[in-house]
Amino acid sequence: MWELSKDTGLAEKEMRVTFRETLECLMGENKKVLAFEADLGGASHFAKIKATYPDNFVQMGISEANMVGVAATTSMRGFVPFIHTFSPFASRRVADQVYLTGAYAQNTLNIFGSDPGICAAANGGTHTTFEDIALYRAIPEVQVFAPADNVQLEWLIKEVTNRKGVHYIRANRKAVSRIYQEGSTFEIGKGNVIRQGTDVLLLTMGVLVREALDAAEELEKEGISVEVIDMFTIKPLDKELILREMRGKKLVVTFENHNIINGLGSAVAEVMADAGSGIPLKRMGVMDRFGQVGSFDFLKEEYGLTKAHVKHVVYEFMK
Amino acid sequence: MDTEEVNELKVLSAKMRVELLKMLKRRTYGHLGGSMSIIEVLSTLYGKHLKHDPLNPNWDDRDYLVLSKGHSGPGLYAALAVNGYFEKEILGSLNEGGTSLPSHPDRILTPGIDATTGSLGQGTSVAAGLGYALRLEKASQYVYLIVGDGELNEGQCWEAFQFIAHNKLNHVIVLIDENKRQLDGFTVDILNPFDIQEKMIAFGFHTMKVDGGSELEISNAIDEAKKIEDQAVCIVLDTVKGQGIPYFEEMVDNHSVKFCEQDYQAVDHAIQKLQDFIQKAGA
Repeated sequence: MWELSKDTGLAEKEMRVTFRETLECLMGENKKVLAFEADLGGASHFAKIKATYPDNFVQMGISEANMVGVAATTSMRGFVPFIHTFSPFASRRVADQVYLTGAYAQNTLNIFGSDPGICAAANGGTHTTFEDIALYRAIPEVQVFAPADNVQLEWLIKEVTNRKGVHYIRANRKAVSRIYQEGSTFEIGKGNVIRQGTDVLLLTMGVLVREALDAAEELEKEGISVEVIDMFTIKPLDKELILREMRGKKLVVTFENHNIINGLGSAVAEVMADAGSGIPLKRMGVMDRFGQVGSFDFLKEEYGLTKAHVKHVVYEFMK
Repeated sequence: MDTEEVNELKVLSAKMRVELLKMLKRRTYGHLGGSMSIIEVLSTLYGKHLKHDPLNPNWDDRDYLVLSKGHSGPGLYAALAVNGYFEKEILGSLNEGGTSLPSHPDRILTPGIDATTGSLGQGTSVAAGLGYALRLEKASQYVYLIVGDGELNEGQCWEAFQFIAHNKLNHVIVLIDENKRQLDGFTVDILNPFDIQEKMIAFGFHTMKVDGGSELEISNAIDEAKKIEDQAVCIVLDTVKGQGIPYFEEMVDNHSVKFCEQDYQAVDHAIQKLQDFIQKAGA
C-alpha cells in the first residue's frame, strides 16, 4: 500500500544515495548481490560500496558491453547483478548485449540507467537518451521502470532483487521531489492513481510526476478536474487501469521525459486504439528531437515538459 | 599423454567429424569450415580435460565451455552427441522448426550448452562473467572459451580480454581458433589481425601457440595453462578452416557451404575414410 507524502518538497537524499544505500542494505543480507560499474563509480556513488562490501563491487572500466555480458552471466551462478552507467550507455550502447546475453539467454540483469532524458542536463546531447524506453519496450520479457521518487526507487530495487529477468530502471541521480510516504509499497505492473479527477486523465512517470500533480492542482482551480496516474511500470503496462480510468474522460494526456515515439504515450495509445476507445489522446514528450546541453529547468522549457505546457494543452482542448 | 591416449582422442575427433558431416549433408548446407577447425580442441576437451557429466549437464561443479564463435554450433553438437549428451539421431533435426539444435547455441534449448552465443564477441564476456563468479565462490572449476580469429574483429572481445587479464582469471582458458579465414575471405585481407599471439601477450596473457590439429599439442598446452596461477592464459590454435578434409580445406569459400553434387561425393568419401580409421583403431 502506498500513501502520498504530505511533504511535497525536494527530498534531502539524492536518488543515487538511495540506490547505493539500498544495495548495501541488500548486500548485508545476501552476499550474492553485486554492483557493477563502468568507471562512473564517482558519479553513481557505487564506488563507495568498494569500502563497505569490497567483494560485491566490480569495477569494469569503461567497457559497458563487457559489463552487461559479465554481469548477466554471473546470474548463472546465482548472483544478483546490478549495473550502473548513464542511461544512453545503459541502453542504446548495449542494446544487443542486453537483448542476447541478458534477455534471450534468460539471465538476470538489473540495470540502473541514470540521468535519463533531460536529467542529463550539463552532460548535454551526447549523454541524453530519449529512446531508452523505446529500445527496452521492444525486447521481449524485459521490464521497464521509471520510479518517481526515493521511496518508490528503494521499494523497486528490493523487489527486483527477488525476481529473475532483465529489469531496466531509469532514474535521476540527483534529488527529486517527494511523492510517496516513507514505507509505501507498490506492485510491478500496476499504475497508481495519485489524484482523482473526472474530466482529464493524465498519465506520467519518473521525474515529471510532481510537475503533473502541480498542473492538475492548478487546473482544478480553473474548473477542470484532472486525474493523475503514476505509471512507474511502463512494461508490463497496467492496461486494465488505463481502460478503466479513461472511461468518461474527455481527454487523455501522456506526459513523459522521453521521445513521444515508443515511450509511455505510444504504449497508452496502443491500449486505447486496441480497445477502440474513441477518446482523444494528447502525447506530450520530446517531439522526436535530439538532446542538448543546459540546466534541467532550461531543458524542461525547451522540450515543453513543464506544468505550464500541460495546462496549455488541456486548456486548448477543453475551451 | 601416452600414444594410446592420443589415439583415443584421434578416434574421438574422427567420430565427431563423421557426425558433423552427416548432419550437414542431411541439412544440405551449414557452417562447415569453422566447425571443422575446432574438432581437435573439442575432442581434447571432452575426451580429456573438461570436467563434465553428460547425464547431468547442469551439474553445479562442472567445467564450462563457451563457444563464442556460435556459428560453429554444429561442430559442438557433434561433440555433445558423440559424448552422450543426446542421441545422435537428434543431430538430423539441426535448424528444423522446433529443434533443440538451432544453428547457433542456445543454453536453454540444448543439454550441454552453457552459453547462448551467435552475436560475435559476446561469448568472451560470458566466459569472463562465469570465471569471475566462480572466483567469488572460491570454486575450482575451469571455463574454456573458444573464440574465432575473425571474431576478434569485434571490440567486445578486447574489452573482455582486458577484464580477464586485469583480474588474472587464470581459470578462464582462452582458446583462439586461428583458422585465418572469415566469411568474406582471409583475415589478413578483411581486417588484418597481425600477430595474435603477440597481441594477447601485449594484453597481459600468458600465451602459447600450438598446432590446433594436434590433440597432443592442445592437451599439453592446456596442462601448462593450468599451472599458471597469477596470470590470464591463452592458447592460440593454429588451424585450417575446413580442417581434416583436404577437399574442404581447399574450397575457396568454406565458411557456410551449400552442397553441390561434387561436395556430396567428397562428404561421402570423407565419411568412409573416417569410418575406416575408426574401425581400424578398433573403436
